[in-house]
Amino acid sequence: MKKDIILCGVGGQGILSIATIIGEAATKAGLNLKQAEVHGMSQRGGDVQSNLRLSTDTIWSDLIPLGKTDVVISMEPMEALRYLEYLAPDGTVVTSSKPFVNIPNYPDESQLKAELESLPSVVMLDIESVAMEVGNPRGANMVLLGMAAPYIGILSVEQLRDAIAVVFARKGDEVVNANLKAFDAGVSSTKSK
Amino acid sequence: MGKKLLLGDEAVAIGAIYAGLSGVYAYPGTPSTEITEFIQNNPLAKERGIHSRWCTNEKTAMEAALGMSYAGKRALVCMKHVGMNVCADAFVNSAITGVNGGLVVLAADDPSMHSSQNEQDSRFYADFAMIPVFEPSNQQEAYDMMADAFQLSESLKEPVMLRIVTRLAHSRAAVEVGEPKAENPLNVTRDSWVLLPGNARRKYVELIAKQPEMKKAADASLYNRCEKSATAPRIGVIACGIAYNYVKEVAGDDVNVLKISQYPLPEDQVMKLAQENDALLVAEDGQPVVEKAVKALVGAGYPVRGRLTGDLPRTGELTPDCVAIALGKPAGPSFEKAKNMAGRPPQLCQGCGHRDVYAALNEVLAGYPDYRIFGDIGCYTLGALPPFRALSSCVDMGASITMAKGAADAGFFPSVAVIGDSTFTHSGMTGLLDAVNDKSNITVVISDNLTTGMTGGQDSAGTNKYEAICVGLGVDPAHVRVVVPLPKNMPEITRVIKEEIEYEGVSVIIPRRECMQTLQRHLREARKNKK
Repeated sequence: MKKDIILCGVGGQGILSIATIIGEAATKAGLNLKQAEVHGMSQRGGDVQSNLRLSTDTIWSDLIPLGKTDVVISMEPMEALRYLEYLAPDGTVVTSSKPFVNIPNYPDESQLKAELESLPSVVMLDIESVAMEVGNPRGANMVLLGMAAPYIGILSVEQLRDAIAVVFARKGDEVVNANLKAFDAGVSSTKSK
Repeated sequence: MGKKLLLGDEAVAIGAIYAGLSGVYAYPGTPSTEITEFIQNNPLAKERGIHSRWCTNEKTAMEAALGMSYAGKRALVCMKHVGMNVCADAFVNSAITGVNGGLVVLAADDPSMHSSQNEQDSRFYADFAMIPVFEPSNQQEAYDMMADAFQLSESLKEPVMLRIVTRLAHSRAAVEVGEPKAENPLNVTRDSWVLLPGNARRKYVELIAKQPEMKKAADASLYNRCEKSATAPRIGVIACGIAYNYVKEVAGDDVNVLKISQYPLPEDQVMKLAQENDALLVAEDGQPVVEKAVKALVGAGYPVRGRLTGDLPRTGELTPDCVAIALGKPAGPSFEKAKNMAGRPPQLCQGCGHRDVYAALNEVLAGYPDYRIFGDIGCYTLGALPPFRALSSCVDMGASITMAKGAADAGFFPSVAVIGDSTFTHSGMTGLLDAVNDKSNITVVISDNLTTGMTGGQDSAGTNKYEAICVGLGVDPAHVRVVVPLPKNMPEITRVIKEEIEYEGVSVIIPRRECMQTLQRHLREARKNKK
């Protein structure tokens, strides 16, 4: 079994924390993993992505081929579309619905939403509002991970929860619980669909 | 020690520490920066007191590493590919002197120019200097090869290159880590490294005499191996470094492939592959180094495909997709590119001092009929993009000052240079001395954010020394001006810029305010310490 995931967003939105948690869960589960990251110049408010590959078998390429991504997990709706060519025909896009506009030529928001909704499988949510509602305004990325959890499949929701606890352990119980709450809110939003 | 999830850079770093490293010498540069950072933070490296402080530039790094090797210890020098240009003099001549303690030169190439101004291939440099190269195909090999590279360096008494590319440097995978070796004892060489012509001629002959041994090592290397398939088409694929992964991704076991991860080119294996097949395809990330060598080896009549023939793209990093096309594998179904899409280039952080510098420069210079700002390498290169569009050039580390000087020498006015604090100490100081000696009519802006910002906030070699350096180089102290780049100071900054542009001679303006990224980090650390 294998799962190919693209994590994306705008530099500074916290996609690497999501990658760290999935990486921790995958390592504990004994899965093979390769995770290509973007460092350097693009981190300054530009588009960023990470190719995350999980498998029970050998993983060769660090990069996911075109049309082979099972899940695109995006902190930003336009960024979710940037990797459309890489999405498998039966793949899923899990994305924040709230645009991050730091460029003058950002596309029309209603057309952008319409294009996202035209995809066979897409889950959209205002993750920042949900994070606020559960009292963890900085936990939007955990809400997103929760939304994506049922689609990651190769790792269970419980395994991801455990990984959150491990990754945030050094920041104390309060931070762990706040992130678990945000994650759970994400999970239940997808389940209620 | 078990398995660890490591970036390629981190695998290199821990591989070096466990191979008995005594010092890493480097200047930050994407995608190599994380190697030195890992060593700086590693508990064993700290316990052993392994040298890991940042150097002023790649040349000082290379020379210091050579000095540590002279004293018998194992040294690693790390840089991005263009750093090889900066240290080339020391690098090429280190192959002539030879080494004592193991010396590994880590070059991190950046095909596709994710964070660079070109995609030069460091394997050319190794070929030029006539030394061996290791090119890992994955993180595990990056770890394993470090010990092998040090050992080969000490047995040949020559520096050895380890070449990685961005996709390996910045990709994570599990790595099986062994037990750390002890460092070498201090053992200063008695050999003469004085490269006067008489000595250098003798040593050059010695270097050439070592070539068959290097070739033998590559031919026998476990990193170079051939896989055969009875059912595959009669095309022999030569896959260098991470290109091997793409070949395996798209062809699985159904391919005749020679994996190459150690150079000089294992010519016997290449010839054998050519004999067993009807054509060769060379897949290599970077420039067609091996493709050219293979063409020469097999002769004009034998078909060799690759980047030069257009079977693979001439530029940019390889992908599983372009390798699939070259291997004649049909692409699966995929979505079209999205319609509602716009580019999102990186930009200067909100509140960044460089922003105020460009706002002020643009305001003042708009008052001149024509002007040019010569830029340099760092975050502030983003001043070339909207909304500022302030820069006319950015070529290499330090070129802002010397290009502004050359344009001024030609009679152009106003000729302004913008350079960051770390770039100035890296390669700007000598150019400033030239300008002072020539009394060139230029204005140099050293935009000082107290760090090496672009690569993530490493120490900057000249912090707190800039005024003294400029005055020491001969700039009139009355024309070394310091301002604080904040919107509220705009009237003062623009006045100072105007005055210094109008001053006929070399003037330096130092806008100084901490980088927003390091400021936030320092505030976070302060909050944590309070708790």
